[in-house]
Amino acid sequence: MAESTEELSRVKAEEPGTPRADVRVHPDPEPPQVTRTPTVVVDDLHIIYRVYGAATEAEKGNAANALMRLLKRQGRPQMKEVHAVRGVSFVAYHGDAIGIVGRNGSGKSTLLRAIAGLLPPHSGAVYTDGQPSLLGVNAALMRELTGERNIVLGCYAMGLNPKQVKEKYDDIVDFSGIGEFVQFPMSTYSSGMGARLRFAIASAKAHDVLLIDEALATGDRDFKRKSQERIKKMREEAGTVFLVAHNLDVIEETCNRVIWLHKGKIKMDGDPKTVLAAYNKG
Amino acid sequence: MSQPESAIADAQAGGPSDGTPAKGQEPLAELAARHGLRRAIARPSLPAYLRQLWERRHFVMTYATSRNVSKYSNSALGQLWQVLTPLLNAAIYYLMFGLILGTSKGIENYPAFLITGMFVFTYTQRAVTGGAKSISGNLSLIRALHFPRAALPLAYTIQEFQQLMISMGVLVVLVLVTGEPITWLWLLVPVALLLQTMFNIGASLVLARVGATARDLNQLLPFIMRTWLYASGVFFSIGDKVGSAENIPGWVADVMYFNPAAAYIELMRDLLMTSHAPRPYIWSVCVFWALFTLIGGFWYFWRAEEKYGRG
Repeated sequence: MAESTEELSRVKAEEPGTPRADVRVHPDPEPPQVTRTPTVVVDDLHIIYRVYGAATEAEKGNAANALMRLLKRQGRPQMKEVHAVRGVSFVAYHGDAIGIVGRNGSGKSTLLRAIAGLLPPHSGAVYTDGQPSLLGVNAALMRELTGERNIVLGCYAMGLNPKQVKEKYDDIVDFSGIGEFVQFPMSTYSSGMGARLRFAIASAKAHDVLLIDEALATGDRDFKRKSQERIKKMREEAGTVFLVAHNLDVIEETCNRVIWLHKGKIKMDGDPKTVLAAYNKG
Repeated sequence: MSQPESAIADAQAGGPSDGTPAKGQEPLAELAARHGLRRAIARPSLPAYLRQLWERRHFVMTYATSRNVSKYSNSALGQLWQVLTPLLNAAIYYLMFGLILGTSKGIENYPAFLITGMFVFTYTQRAVTGGAKSISGNLSLIRALHFPRAALPLAYTIQEFQQLMISMGVLVVLVLVTGEPITWLWLLVPVALLLQTMFNIGASLVLARVGATARDLNQLLPFIMRTWLYASGVFFSIGDKVGSAENIPGWVADVMYFNPAAAYIELMRDLLMTSHAPRPYIWSVCVFWALFTLIGGFWYFWRAEEKYGRG
């Protein structure tokens, strides 16, 4: 760990003209194409979350303490700010499949949401071509409803029209492999079945810029293989793919570039082998 | 794409020789502008926003219906509760205010008077309360999917509208049972409901934006709503209690009748009950509130479109 960090900081020190903190260890594996079109430009992005209800040591959530706080005119300590992404910059090009790795809480999911335009930046900006979409409809689904209703609801939430929903419906049911359970409420599903249905719904739509957050490690082995194939197909259709996963094999197989996030900053950015090797060491 | 190749090569993050960005690299913002990339978060113009919202109409309707269905899905009687809830409410109000407290003195056909007022007010109350929670209670949805955020408060109001359709069925039966005749005025009931729905959508949009940042609103709202309920003449006639009282100046009643909830309640009573004396200007007040709140609410909500989901 110490060794690799030292090495990194040395490389960093040798880049006087670089305004950014990331380290490019390797050029593109492919020969540089003449028309490499940028699809996503992230420019010195900072994201700050406000978290409510994060109790400090002084306040353990009882009414008397809350009153004292008001009387003492202290602000609102249970509102905490979390600086999740701290100055990230990179350019993604057409045809890129970028894996994002990092520990829990390193800002991976936040970064994806910012690229998708779902979290407003505190400073800096994300520039995109078209509408990047996050692969995930979980939040729109309702556990009490049948799979059938959830498929329709999820498709509409992603912006499909009734005709497209009709076309995709059978495909979604087939792909999820839940069979007659589609008539039952989702609350009766096993966690694997639920995950399969969610993935089937989410992947029913084609995207220009596709953001995938930990969607692969769901279901049994058979479904895993099926979903990896589906991701591959979506990658071919999409211009650019971002993939967040803890499963490094998936990233190594799918991606041609890996960004390593550490505490909200880019620690390393380059081809999968080099970055993943460094990441495994660290 | 008409740029020289060298510029593009410079713009690439990794130079092929040493793996570090080339010196004098152009700012990323300019690179983005050159390739026609736009900021991911930018508020669409108001017409574009309305168009996006129209494109999501299926989502709004399905979301509203789904919420209604899931609400009663765990109970044995299931969707029957959609009818039972307003019916039981009407029974309790009548028992409490009609028989025990005897508020009915001086009002003809008090059961119809009371139940009409209660159902109309409940529609506005529930739509507004739901709207206040529609953004703050759906942060995960807002952070996961892209759609015009106004779809959420809109869906909450439509959910209540669907419930109201059932309540109105109950109301019409009850009003007929209490002896009111069917008149031509009943044809105007849908118009009155449309006006009230316009007001409700506008009000829930306003509250949705306020509730998105002011977390304590949801704690406070029940008290505001109860005060509003008492001030809207649901249980008593504003004209009798306030307008005819000797120690209260006459303009107080006029102000109270200008209250949108009171106006929509009075309008519905005018239409359904022959014994109810129509108020002058009632239609103008109802139309004014519908247009003013809907347009103003939309504009106010749209102004913060890009900020929802942050806090």
